[in-house]
Amino acid sequence: MKEITILSGKGGTGKTSITAALASIARDAVFCDNDVDAADLHLILSPTVREEHVFSGGWTASIDVTSCIDCGICTDHCRFDAIHRNSFNNLEINPFKCEGCRLCERICPVQAISSVRSNNNSWFVSDTRFGTLVHAKMGPGEENSGKLVSEVRKRARELAKEYNASYVINDGPPGIGCAAISSLSGTGMVLMVIEPSVSGLHDSRRLVELIDTFSIPTFALINKYDIHPEISEEIKLFLKEKSIPLLGEIPFDKSMVEAMVEGKTIVEFDDKLEISTILKAVWKKLEDFNVL
Amino acid sequence: MPFKIAVASGKGGTGKTTIAINLFHNISKEVTPKIQLIDCDVEEPNDILFFPDAKLNSAQPATQSIPTIDNSKCTYCRKCVEWCEFNAIVVIPPVGFAEINSSLCHSCGACIVACEYGAISEKPEEIGTIKQYSIDPHGIISEGRLKIGSAMQTLLIKQVKQQALDDVDFIIFDAPPGTSCPVVETVADADYIILVTEPTPFGLYDLKLTVELVRDIGKPLGVIINKAGLGDHKVHDYLSEEHIEILGEIPYRREYAAQYAKGDIFEKIPGEIKAQYKSIIQKLLVRSTSYEGDNHFKW
Repeated sequence: MKEITILSGKGGTGKTSITAALASIARDAVFCDNDVDAADLHLILSPTVREEHVFSGGWTASIDVTSCIDCGICTDHCRFDAIHRNSFNNLEINPFKCEGCRLCERICPVQAISSVRSNNNSWFVSDTRFGTLVHAKMGPGEENSGKLVSEVRKRARELAKEYNASYVINDGPPGIGCAAISSLSGTGMVLMVIEPSVSGLHDSRRLVELIDTFSIPTFALINKYDIHPEISEEIKLFLKEKSIPLLGEIPFDKSMVEAMVEGKTIVEFDDKLEISTILKAVWKKLEDFNVL
Repeated sequence: MPFKIAVASGKGGTGKTTIAINLFHNISKEVTPKIQLIDCDVEEPNDILFFPDAKLNSAQPATQSIPTIDNSKCTYCRKCVEWCEFNAIVVIPPVGFAEINSSLCHSCGACIVACEYGAISEKPEEIGTIKQYSIDPHGIISEGRLKIGSAMQTLLIKQVKQQALDDVDFIIFDAPPGTSCPVVETVADADYIILVTEPTPFGLYDLKLTVELVRDIGKPLGVIINKAGLGDHKVHDYLSEEHIEILGEIPYRREYAAQYAKGDIFEKIPGEIKAQYKSIIQKLLVRSTSYEGDNHFKW
């Protein structure tokens, strides 16, 4: 079983649309949405939920005004600037600033502080027309997205083993921070989706630097290459320099958006489109790599 | 005190950066030279790419305090392990092993308070750099740039925000994509939030999540629809049902996308797009003058 993670650095380069297209091409895979913050893959795969799990997020502290003696020890110790006086001059914890370290709770001399664990995050195992999808929904403003990514990936791998599937395909998050690191660590290969803009190139350079620290085999796709052919050429030079094979160049086509509006993958929308042909060839190349 | 605007969006690639730098450019040219743009997308800071002539004023490392355990003082009592909510400390008494994993540490200081033997102390570890640039003729851009491999983006955002100047009229925060803690950190001090979306199913779904977040935090918001003309009408339907103000709509033009791609976005802007920015800025000015300086959380 091989795990493939689709990443981009920059957001909105087409990761999810391309993952969805690969889902309609790959016969033998479990799919996993690693972009737990703004998960969109389910909008195309229209899953029927089969298992639902609660993911316990971080703690949030609060102060019981009636027992608080106003000593201020908690304020002095909080490194997240989360404890302030409210309009009634009582000490109050801002839940959006609270990091959930529970230090205030432990040092309060009168036990006026208690913490509750957020259960605002869920993750699911679902059936889709292309196979099993493991995905998540994070509550707004939640922390620990990296841990949630690890959790969904773990389940996707278990299921792939159980079904004897050949691949887990991970739709990755944007960026290079904690969620991207969680999505990368231990994966078998990376497919980068790069858009030909100064930001797209800049961000993919940073992503490649991150991937290098993990030594994971990496491949690339240029999406909307014809928006700016010169920058596409620059990207190709960069990939060459880094010995990253370029598996395909996808032209800009409004059909990508039209397919999304209909809730279809581009391959389902029109199998004969140039994009569909290119993506089928890309998948073939990824499979060939896996055999070698 | 400056009027602080955050530009955010759940989905990536909707045009946060484009909108943020255009607002910065147009406000500095037409409204006030006293404006600062703070790039809080520290994982992929891009704002400065569009200002090739920017002059670097300062660059400083951003650090996180990482505790270390002094084995000669440690009694292996494991109290620090119990107090660490982030599972960053491993202590194995029989073999005399005590270590803190810096990639899991949130620098909350709990272990230091927990240790009764003074065995834990902190030292700074680099998580990125913070830079400040001057833009010709007007304006300041500050950015945070996360060190590759660091997972401490939220802490870096917190530090970049400390670059906010007092003697400017406007501050624009360019947020990272998503709806989790880094976004909360970015928008937390803003007086007004602009959500950027695109009229597609992905754009709509992520917009709803972001609206929910901003409403939870209790901040006023308005929406800019970028790439208008692509996709469908459901974003419009949603915004009118929810009575959310549309600040403007930037039409999708392939030539403009190509200009953006090249990094050349302030010249030859199509008239219709120019007009949109003008009217968006008018609306923001109304907001800023009715602003009373009350920036408490209203939870």
